[in-house]
Amino acid sequence: MVTRIGKKFNELRAKKEKALVVYLTAGDPSLEMTKKIILALEKAGVDIVEIGVPFSDPTADGPVIQEAAQRALKTGTTLTGVLQTVAQIREVSQIPVVLFGYFNPVFSYGVKKFAQDARKAGVDGVLVVDLPPEEAHELRQFTDAAGIDFISLVAPTTGTQRAKKIAAAATGFLYYISITGVTGTAAPKISDIKKDLKKIRKISSLPVAVGFGISRPEQAREIGKLADGVVVGSALVKLIAENSNNAGLLKIISDYAGKIKNALKSA
Amino acid sequence: MIKKTPDKDGHFGIFGGRYAAETLMPALIDLERAYVKAKADKKFQKEFDYYQRQYAGRPTPLYFAQRMTKALGGAKIYLKREDLNHTGSHKINNTLGQALLARRMGKKKVIAETGAGQHGVATATVAALFGMECKIFMGEEDIRRQAPNVFRMKVLGAEVVPVKSGTATLKDAMNEAMRYWVSSVRDTFYIIGTTAGPHPYPVMVRNFQSVIGRETKRQIKKEEGRNPDVLVACVGGGSNALGMFYSFHKDTKIKMFGVEAAGYGLNTSQHSASINAGAVGVLHGNKTYVLQDAHGQVRDAYSIAAGLDYPGVGPEHAYFHATKRVKYVTVTDKEAIDAFCFLSRQEGLIPAMESAHALAYTMKIAPQMNKNKIIIVCLSGRGDKDAQTIAEKGDI
Repeated sequence: MVTRIGKKFNELRAKKEKALVVYLTAGDPSLEMTKKIILALEKAGVDIVEIGVPFSDPTADGPVIQEAAQRALKTGTTLTGVLQTVAQIREVSQIPVVLFGYFNPVFSYGVKKFAQDARKAGVDGVLVVDLPPEEAHELRQFTDAAGIDFISLVAPTTGTQRAKKIAAAATGFLYYISITGVTGTAAPKISDIKKDLKKIRKISSLPVAVGFGISRPEQAREIGKLADGVVVGSALVKLIAENSNNAGLLKIISDYAGKIKNALKSA
Repeated sequence: MIKKTPDKDGHFGIFGGRYAAETLMPALIDLERAYVKAKADKKFQKEFDYYQRQYAGRPTPLYFAQRMTKALGGAKIYLKREDLNHTGSHKINNTLGQALLARRMGKKKVIAETGAGQHGVATATVAALFGMECKIFMGEEDIRRQAPNVFRMKVLGAEVVPVKSGTATLKDAMNEAMRYWVSSVRDTFYIIGTTAGPHPYPVMVRNFQSVIGRETKRQIKKEEGRNPDVLVACVGGGSNALGMFYSFHKDTKIKMFGVEAAGYGLNTSQHSASINAGAVGVLHGNKTYVLQDAHGQVRDAYSIAAGLDYPGVGPEHAYFHATKRVKYVTVTDKEAIDAFCFLSRQEGLIPAMESAHALAYTMKIAPQMNKNKIIIVCLSGRGDKDAQTIAEKGDI
């Protein structure tokens, strides 16, 4: 079964375009705003959205996303609320949605119930940072059955044999982590990405998106030449945080996303 | 029936495992391989034994607490004197093992998290011993309440990195250490201080600590000609307890008590009793009992003993709880303070506040037991570091 994610990449490939994937933390500043921001970003050219489910102990995230998660939790954001928000978005939009987060909130919700409710809400993929292939069965037995893509990470530290195993089991797209570090803390080196993507291309025909530390249109253009998509996370989360009381927030983030998307068009 | 645990991916029943970000997975697999190889290598074992004996001061005595026994009027009480180790607690058993492993793996930088500062000091110590660069992540709140240990780490040449996020205690220090490790994994060895974290840490730390129980078994045989009836140890992450319990766990006649910190009481939110008041969840790379809200957000732990102030517990403890091999009980701050003062006055031994939890539970059960029964308590550390906290509470 091809999900909205697969369809989107096929569509873009046909147009020779690269995907702009954005990450934002749900509930920062509120779930209502999260919905408005996503719909605005879609209009601005964003292809896929990763909705971060806030967690109290985000060990793979840098300060920007840590703080966003703390703010979101303070305003009472829960996984239940995030799923409701996805359902509301689904009423008016077909943008592919990936839920991005850590395992404990999903485990606490109940893996089986989560898969069912996520499917009902219109979630297309999940990316659980601390659920490597060795532990993934616990969740995948239900999300696979629900037709939800299991987006898998490949890191600069991942060896070829391991990358093969990960790629063979992955669905939707592969997420290549462009730096050896946590989110949003360093700029990736293009030469390293080039080398690693070459390796990944040899072992998988899945689309590859590159993320962690990408914030500027020039970077997106460079990486877009190599990958099928780029992920912008911390930079957008920061922009939202800085302008959360600004009436012009939606325009500011739309302009930003538009610039990245334009850069990708010329990639 | 007790199955072989952990399995090849580090599972103790449904607990444990390796819930880690992909960037760390290759390092964890490398570490596991290196550890398995070292464990089978006589040279490594010899080296480890040498430093345990000549540097840390092992074996530690098994001391018959005669006045304490008499005052309580029941079972005979022995104390395993881990407080006599170099650096003042059992933590050095594990840091020596991991630092030797780091050296074998060619890593010249080590990092660690610390709560009370005991593990931080033990890590800074072995880093100095082996000429390694050392960074210790410590919550700002813990830096405040454990100032003497912060100075010790600095004297030993370690950099103490203050952690401001969350509640600025042990859990947050561990989060930050993991984040730092994600970015430095190629040349840095993470010395985790307890039997938690992703596989292979829980089993590796347990094995390095199991010297406690092995010695105890030999010593009590010599003193009493038999095994004890009861073992008592405090449980935060649970490394001293597993170190003590592991050599005895197959002898099901021996009762074992793991003592969790009840803080102000389990009916408040101010405690660290992950097994008694938590739910199964995933934190810091393993599945275990976690203090958390209804939505899977980890709650802040609290205890007067900074070393018990952790919202999770080692997965092997979770397994021993589920299989009912160990009984997990709780002791409040107040009971622990009373035990702290009691042991100091009865035996001239100032226990760590962590160990005082084990003593407090012993004080509850010893009087109910027959005089020919034997209790062994793991006196996991010395309490000099806590004297100020107790003085501030006005109990002295």
